[in-house]
Order: sequence, then C-alpha cells, then structure tokens
Amino acid sequence: MIALRYRCESRGIGFSLTEVNIGDSFDPAAFDLVLIGGGQDREQRRIADDLARRGEGIRMAIEDGLPALVVCGGFQLFGRRYIDQAGEIIPGIGVFDLETRHPGPVADRCIGDVVIETAEGEVVGFENHGGRTYLAPGQAHFGKVRYGAGNNNGDRTEGARHKNAIGTYLHGSLLPKNPALADALIVAGLRRRYGPGVGLEPLEDTAETGAHANAVRITEKRRS
Amino acid sequence: MTNPRTAAAVVAGKLASAASRALRRGGGTALPGLVAERVDPALVAHLGRTLGRGRIVVTGTNGKTTTSRIIASAMDADAMPYVHNREGSNLMRGMASTLLAEAGTTGGIRGARDTAGLFETDEATMPAAVAALQPRVLVFTNLFRDQLDRYGEVDTVAGLWRTALERAPRDATLVLNADDPSVAELATGWSGPVHWFGLDDPAYATDSAGAYDARWCACGGDYRYDRRYFAHVGHWRCTKCERRRPSPQTSASAVRLGLDSARLSIDGQETVTMPLTGLYNVYNALAAVAACRAFGIGDEAIRQGLAHAQPAFGRQEVVEIEGRRLRLYLAKNPAGANQVLFLLREIARERPPLKVAVLLNDRYADGQDVSWTWDVDFEVLATSAGRWWAGGDRAEDLAVRMKYAGWERPAAVEHEAGKLLDAILAGTDRGDDVFVIPTYTAMLDLRAELHGRGAVAGRLE
Repeated sequence: MIALRYRCESRGIGFSLTEVNIGDSFDPAAFDLVLIGGGQDREQRRIADDLARRGEGIRMAIEDGLPALVVCGGFQLFGRRYIDQAGEIIPGIGVFDLETRHPGPVADRCIGDVVIETAEGEVVGFENHGGRTYLAPGQAHFGKVRYGAGNNNGDRTEGARHKNAIGTYLHGSLLPKNPALADALIVAGLRRRYGPGVGLEPLEDTAETGAHANAVRITEKRRS
Repeated sequence: MTNPRTAAAVVAGKLASAASRALRRGGGTALPGLVAERVDPALVAHLGRTLGRGRIVVTGTNGKTTTSRIIASAMDADAMPYVHNREGSNLMRGMASTLLAEAGTTGGIRGARDTAGLFETDEATMPAAVAALQPRVLVFTNLFRDQLDRYGEVDTVAGLWRTALERAPRDATLVLNADDPSVAELATGWSGPVHWFGLDDPAYATDSAGAYDARWCACGGDYRYDRRYFAHVGHWRCTKCERRRPSPQTSASAVRLGLDSARLSIDGQETVTMPLTGLYNVYNALAAVAACRAFGIGDEAIRQGLAHAQPAFGRQEVVEIEGRRLRLYLAKNPAGANQVLFLLREIARERPPLKVAVLLNDRYADGQDVSWTWDVDFEVLATSAGRWWAGGDRAEDLAVRMKYAGWERPAAVEHEAGKLLDAILAGTDRGDDVFVIPTYTAMLDLRAELHGRGAVAGRLE
C-alpha cells in the first residue's frame, strides 16, 4: 500500500485509498487496483462470508482487467474452496481455479524466505502458511519457485494469476522490495483507465534494489 | 525428602554446568537444565513446588523480563528469599537450570520452605510451566503480535494461556492488564481472584495508535475506545456485549517520562521515581506492583522495589565508548518498537535532532519475518531523527523502510557490528548520545563488539 502510494505520488499520479471493511458497500469496477491481505483463522471466516457476497462483482471487474494483488488468506479465498483442518469447506469466489487444503497438524507450516521467477522478474518475499494450494490444469501460476515451499511444497509453483489479478503467499514488504511488481500493478491500472499507451518513468530505486539483492543473498545462503 | 530421581537429576545437571564452564562454552543457561530434565522430566515440578512461599509466573508478549526484575527488586527490599530465572532463560529447561543451581548436592533447595519462586515464562511454555509450578500468582502483561513465524498467531497464544489456566490452582490470583482486552478476556470463566492493573492518565491518550492486534471481542463485536494509549491498549468496551475495561485495583496516574527515569503515582499516592522510562515500563511497574500486592509484599517494600529497579540487559542500558553514550533500546516486535519510538519522540522534544542507529536481524530468536518493521511507526521520528545508521543482517530492509517513513538517507548501511560501530564513531563527537534500537541477536552482536573494545564493563548476563 505504502509502496504503491509512494510510486504513484513520486510520478505525479494521484493516489487515494479506500479501506473496505466487512459490510461496507464497494463497487470494484470503480477502482483502479484492489489489495486483499491475510489474517488469522478467526478473521478469515468472517471475511469469507463477506467476500462471498461480493464475489460476482469482483469476478466481473477482474475479467474486465482490474488489477488485484491478493495475499495469503486473500489468495486462498480467491480460489474455489478452502478445506480446513477439520475438513470443513469454506467456499472461495473462484477467480482462480485452485483449491487449498490444510493438511492438519501432521505437516509443518511453510515458513521462510522465498525467491521466485515471474513475468515481472525475480520476486523475493516471506511465506508463512499452513494450507497447501493446488492449481487446476490450465490455471497459470504467479511464479516458479527457486527457493522456498511455494503453493504446496511439491510442484514448485507459487501463487496464481488471471488477467491482471495476482494471488501469492509472499509478503515481507512484498512491493517495496519488488518495485518492478509494484510498477506492473500500477501500469495495469492506468492502462485499464487511459489506454495501452501509458507508461511509467523510472524512479531512483537504489534502496529498494539493495534490499532485494540482500534478501536474495540471505535466502540463497539459508536455503541451499 | 528429595525424590531420588530428582537428586540424581540435580547431580547430572550440576556436572553439566561444571563441564560447560570448564569447556568455556559460557552463557549456557539452558544446558544444565536440559541435561537434568533428561534424568528427571518432572524436575521443575519436584524442585519448584518445594518453594514454600509460593511461586509467581510472569508472561506476556512484552515486559516479562522487566516486570520480573521489578518484583525481584521488591522482594529484595522485603528481605524475602527467592529463586528467579533472572537471565531471562524462560523455557522449562531454563527454569530447571535456575532451580538446580540453587539446589544442594543432596538434591533439595536449602531453606525452600521460606523461599519464593519467581519465573519469567515464555508465552508458549505457560501450559507446562503452570502445570509444573502450581503458582499462587499468574501475571499476564499484554498480548501483541510477536514473531508470527514462531508462535503462529495471537489467537494461538491466547489458546495456550487458557490451557495454562485450566492447569492452575483454583485459588491462584490472576494479575491482569485491564487495559488490554485480549488479556482481560482471560478472566472470563475464572472463578478465583483477579487483580487488575491499568493506567489512568489522560495525558497519554493518542489518536495515532499504531499496530493493532485485537480487532474483535470473543462475542464478535468491535472494540471502541474512550481512551487509547497505544495499539489496542486503553479504556475499551465492546460495542455488542457487556464486556468493558474492568476498574483496576492497582492504577498509575500523574506519569512523567524522563530520559532515564519516570515518575508516577500509584493509586493517587505520593509519586515515586523509578530508573526506567517509557509508557511500557509504567505498565511493567503496574504489573509488578499488582503482582507484589497479590503475593503479600508490603507497600513500603514495593515502593523501594520500584525506586531501585534496574534495567534488564539491553533495555535502556547506557554504554559509553570513546566519550559517546550509546543508549540501547531492545525492540523485538511492532508494539515494543512503537513504544520505544514514542519515547524517543518525547525525548526529542527537548533535544532534536536525535542520532539513531537501528539494527535488524532475522535469525531465529529475532523472528525470521522482517515484515513486522512495516507495522512500526518509524514515521513518528521523521522530523526528529537526524543522522542515522542502518545495521544488522537486514540493514538494507531498514534503509527502504526509513525511506518510506520520511527519514533522511542512512549515513551508513553495515551488516557487521564492528563496521557499524566504526561508522557511528566516525559520524559522532564526544558527548553525543546515540539512540540504538536493535533486535535481540543484533543487540548481542553489538554488545559483544562493545565488550571486545572494552566498553561494557559488566559481564554478559
């Protein structure tokens, strides 16, 4: 959020933020970008019900090219369903064709630094999730895992993408340390509104690229 | 009479301790306990329960060590003998080490009948520690998001605490922070006595409350605040059910925060000055006073205890090197870091701009997920932090964080403590104060470096 604001305002692009809480009215088509984060299990259930009511509108806006970044719990709820430890099914809104299963207490959470290769280049972040996500055939992933567990600690995929919507388990100040990803979201939002000719001027990113490179270095050392 | 297995465990632990010292493995506060627990897995119960004055356990996300030290200081003033895991080794094996260090070779603790037990306890260790120690007083300081990769979630910790309460003696006293709704929830269903503590000082109410870790009441309602001090701490009430901040038996008012000390009035009595500052230490003082009262320590000893409390390792410790004063403020999580920043902002009102060093490591003991730094309001120091240095394994992450927080560019970005210290010395003059905010292992590294240069006279605890 803070990175998107900075990267817009530094270029003279106006930025306004609307926080949507449970029960608030919200027309996704009116926005240029949507972000959804994760939460604890207790919060997740409340948000699932609320999101289900908005599912149709969000799906339509995303088909229309609305950029979205949904992280962790938000990513899981953008799939078809989440099956929790007790086997209970929490339906998702089906933006992505995937399902997430919690393996129960027998398996460890996937926790640690991650490096993946994406269409926006190398992306670094931190994952911390109990659920294992499985993409349906034909569902595009967000990135290929170089270091880390990714969706299910098996098929080396991480996250999912559909049109301009990206779902991922990565956080850890994701956008500040991956400025190319932040810019890709901003450009997608601008092009949807103003047409394909829109571009962004580069920013001075020494601090950002330094933190990115350091994170890669630390991850390589720890994970190899 | 000492159980033979316990006696054997004590001997084994003491041998391990001697061997560890002989091998100069040093600092190993947990190893002897680990060895002894192999011989007698119930060592903490067997030795701990012989402490006839009763046991106190102190837990919470922040303030465990300092609260325990203030209680210890009051016990000193009261001339009450006690056993205390003072080094902050707060898992079962650390408690075992503490207990066996006090035991004689026959396995028992001398004078145990008249001795009290004081145990700082890791949040996740509470169920085991409470079952073993059967404490008379249980102190819960606060519940914030800590190192998520270690404990899972705030709700997980709350669940562990409820498990601990199921194993506590029915007549034990809970000492609870009335201003923290997550802690206050522990009283629900507790039939024994509860001693509440809280702050009653409108001067510290704020609108910019920072990271927020208790959005909803157990009933599903939202919390509203008549007065908010920081994060989710303040005078709260649920918008849906009857729950609201209980009226505390122990409260503080007339708080004045200084550079090295704070003044406060307990229950409106004559003010007392303690050699610790920051609103978080006022809460630690309140928790300690409430615990002492619940434990039967007299008011005069408590006042003395507050007046002579000593900062714990790396918490408001002042280290002199080449004429500079490095002031260390350990910050382990967003709530703790925000408290330090609010304190520095207060200090900066009289002497801006401050010279600041921030050190971020992401090793196991720090929490490996550095995204917590984005829940810290570094913005509050944007105008009062002048020259600053970024240190630790994740120094570059800090450079980005501060860029967004509106700080100037760092004077240096250095991973190694030695190089960082050189940079700080090069950028300061004799007589300067440098406010250092390190994570746990970054503090250990910096302290080791300072020690190596002869700057820390005291031993590493």
